[in-house]
Amino acid sequence: MSLLPYLVAAWLFLVGLYGIVTSRNLVHAITCLSVVQSSTYILLLAVGFERGGTAPIFLDVPVGTKAVDPVVGALTLTDIVVGATVSALLLALAVQVYKHHGTLDPERFRGEQD
Amino acid sequence: MTPAVRRLVFLAAATVAGALLLWGLTGLPPYGVYPGPYGDVLNQVAVAERKATNVVAAVTFDYRGVDTMGEEYILFAAVIGVAVLLRAQRGEVERQPDEDAADRRAPATSNAVRVLGLALLGPVVLFGVYVVTHGHLSPGGGFQGGVVLATGALLVYLSGEYVTLRRVRPVFLLDLAESAGAGGYVAVGLLGVAAGAAFLENVLPLGQPGALLSAGTIPLINLAVGVEVAGGLVLLLSEFLQQTLVLRRPGEVT
Amino acid sequence: MGVVPALPVAVPLLLAAALVGLSPLIGRRQADTLALAGAVAVTALCAALLVDTAGGPVVYWFGGWTPRDGIALGVAFTVDPVGAGLATLAGVLATAALVYSWRIFEAVGTLYHALMLVFLAAIVGFCLSGDLFNMFVFYELLSVAAYALAGWRTEDPGSLRGALNFAMTNSVGGFLVLAGIALLYGRTGALNLAQLGQSLAGRPADRLVVVAFLLLMVGFFVKAAVVPFHFWLADAYALAPIPVGVLFAGVVSELGLYAFARVYWTVFSGPLPGGGSLRAVLLLGAVATALVGGVMCVLQRHLARMLAYATVSHVGLTLAGIALLRPDGLGGAVLYLVADGLVKGALFVSIGLVQHHLHEVDELALRGRGRHLPWTAALVVAGALGLAGVPPFGTFRGKALMEEAATAAGYPWLAVVFVAVAALTSAALLRAAGRVFFGAGGGTARPPPDDVPHPRVHPTLVGPAVVLLAAALAVGLEPGLVGRVEVAVERFTDQSGYAATVLQGTTGPDVAATPGGHPPSSLVLPAALAALSALLGLALALGALLPGRLPAGGLTWALRRAWDPTAAVLRALHSGNIGDSVTWLVVGMAGFGTLLALMVR
Repeated sequence: MSLLPYLVAAWLFLVGLYGIVTSRNLVHAITCLSVVQSSTYILLLAVGFERGGTAPIFLDVPVGTKAVDPVVGALTLTDIVVGATVSALLLALAVQVYKHHGTLDPERFRGEQD
Repeated sequence: MTPAVRRLVFLAAATVAGALLLWGLTGLPPYGVYPGPYGDVLNQVAVAERKATNVVAAVTFDYRGVDTMGEEYILFAAVIGVAVLLRAQRGEVERQPDEDAADRRAPATSNAVRVLGLALLGPVVLFGVYVVTHGHLSPGGGFQGGVVLATGALLVYLSGEYVTLRRVRPVFLLDLAESAGAGGYVAVGLLGVAAGAAFLENVLPLGQPGALLSAGTIPLINLAVGVEVAGGLVLLLSEFLQQTLVLRRPGEVT
Repeated sequence: MGVVPALPVAVPLLLAAALVGLSPLIGRRQADTLALAGAVAVTALCAALLVDTAGGPVVYWFGGWTPRDGIALGVAFTVDPVGAGLATLAGVLATAALVYSWRIFEAVGTLYHALMLVFLAAIVGFCLSGDLFNMFVFYELLSVAAYALAGWRTEDPGSLRGALNFAMTNSVGGFLVLAGIALLYGRTGALNLAQLGQSLAGRPADRLVVVAFLLLMVGFFVKAAVVPFHFWLADAYALAPIPVGVLFAGVVSELGLYAFARVYWTVFSGPLPGGGSLRAVLLLGAVATALVGGVMCVLQRHLARMLAYATVSHVGLTLAGIALLRPDGLGGAVLYLVADGLVKGALFVSIGLVQHHLHEVDELALRGRGRHLPWTAALVVAGALGLAGVPPFGTFRGKALMEEAATAAGYPWLAVVFVAVAALTSAALLRAAGRVFFGAGGGTARPPPDDVPHPRVHPTLVGPAVVLLAAALAVGLEPGLVGRVEVAVERFTDQSGYAATVLQGTTGPDVAATPGGHPPSSLVLPAALAALSALLGLALALGALLPGRLPAGGLTWALRRAWDPTAAVLRALHSGNIGDSVTWLVVGMAGFGTLLALMVR
């Protein structure tokens, strides 16, 4: 089925967003954000896939063997680092918020009234 | 919006957005067919031009090296950010974790876990060093190897040796390692400019593909990235552990 | 040979690494000096690049990877006057911010200085880049630095919640950009902007191109805080430290619009030409943003939140200029953007002054307490006039060009929107100035006695605001500027010329610069409109301060009947909740997407 990876990517994206929107715990919301992010990995790697291709590492196979796209591999690597670092920052913010409010439930924070 | 209203609005909007996404995704070439020129051209020329057999590493550190520099600095900025966000606030004091070991409800680490953890430490560090240094030849590289190295520190914590780690952990050295990695990347780039070429141009001798010392600046950058990632992640880990285990408000228990 | 375009990015990054690595050896004064030197160096380098690009874009291939047969193998910086101009603006604002924070800011060792330098480097890289994925990387780098800087004041839970909302919503925006990049890459196999444009130019837009455009547009509009993607902005910008707010309000939101314009003209202008329906969709977003921002601005009591919502509404105005999809509209938008950024930076510094002397940012609690701050009062009033677009500020010139372009494109009613929104934002600030510095209107504070001595004027606190306002005036007064901007936007909007320059190295067709440019046919109408905005703003401010003096009667009663429910609804919507912001993001994506899809049918 040539559409399946793209369906999976779209599904993950929307499910992750649903998780963030209905979340009752900040750590849960941050994890849902990484689910959203993983959908972009799948999309990138699916776009660069070549059926029957091997990894683009030519240590044991000669140059010219059919291989998948190396560029999307590099892009996904960057994407993973970005996601991990943003999660770390968000978790640090969540820790400090917990210390102030005693809860991680976004519904229990009172917004700034003006 | 109340949570119930929000859920309804979201579901309605997400259905439309999802339909649009799928409509657009069907315009892509079928899965398994890669039409574009970029990857194919690079697969053909990268090994010959850069003597690096791992084409992904060649793309990451040479052809698109400036992207990776930005990515490395994202990690750098995030580590600084976490250090700032988790800094001790007014009124918080540091309490050594072994001071409340007496009231701790969790059992002390079993000897089996302790032995296994410490026994694995050596092989993990060795493996990490291997992955970092062979990044231009086989799968792996600075990022992957750096993460493996950082898990060594995690193993020490899991083996119940956090107190020892704290005494031994040299924050200054970790900061230095992280900055040396980040600054080193930029320095290698400026090396190219100093040599009259473009920023991040590969100006070192290229050697033979498959040899450990080949591909010019790529293994050098790999090393810088590995050091930076390892240092950065260990710093991150220690910041969070410090926050959870060590910082206490006066009068607070656990 | 001119300046190497890699330097304004490499220098601050290297300096930041050194500041962190050698931090035990660096004291506060050295850190301040080094960071300031770094910011000044970046400003100088970007200004030099601006001069270099007068004759055409400067293309710089990293790693020496020049394109082969029209295929870009490496990453390029394509420096043109618009990008270099924005980068210089960022440098100026960063310098002002670092002067402001000299010695008084709680800096946590050298970490503040390092983060600010990384932030600046990322903004510069984003403005100079010519490769879509490289733009994404710098976008994420500046975002990560921004999240950490926004949450700096960890003792204030509002600031932390604002930073959380900021980080979550903008991350989702970033992933949308990445998804758009993946779609385009799947179709064309290219990441370089020029190459993408060439690949897509032949055929009209099909569903993939439309959805990729939607994803990129929404992603960049989240950063720019276009309605309905703006709900994260107020908490984040208002509760961040003042020097950080200077950069946020001055240049960061505008970067989203710059990216949108750049990507549209280099990649999408072939398959999605500037027709009436695309313009209508974009104008819808622009006008909504301008009005919602303006109304929310007037509803605020917290001075920094007022500025945050003023930022949102002026983003709407700038987008209106870009949405006309013509070079003259873009030129007006660019001028407006730069001048407005400088004015907002100055206003943020002024609010910082108020906070520094009076330890309070609530307008009502500050009533009359600013009587002994004449400098600050002058700065705030001047800033309010700058926001209204009064000549000789640069905002006047930008607006005049945009209004003329709108009339030429068949949207003369846009001028009414400009006048109304400028009136709203300046009214809020003039009202605040009247209440705080002149003691007019109601409030909860008792005015101080008259014999309190004037506080010492700190040059490092007042200086940046004065310099930034002076720069905004300079943008408005410099004679050759309009001509140079016109040449720059002609090149910016020429997709095939851009592609030829980048991929084949040919210099584009000569765009002759008319000395003095084509100023709007007459400056009388724009000046009258600007005066009208300022007067309306003053009237609204006085009306709010002195309600007893308002003429009782039908008009006032009708206005109040319309105003109060609108205000209540808007206030309720802006709850600061993360789930709400993300929901509205998806609603906006669905809405814009449906409109765009219908366009292509």
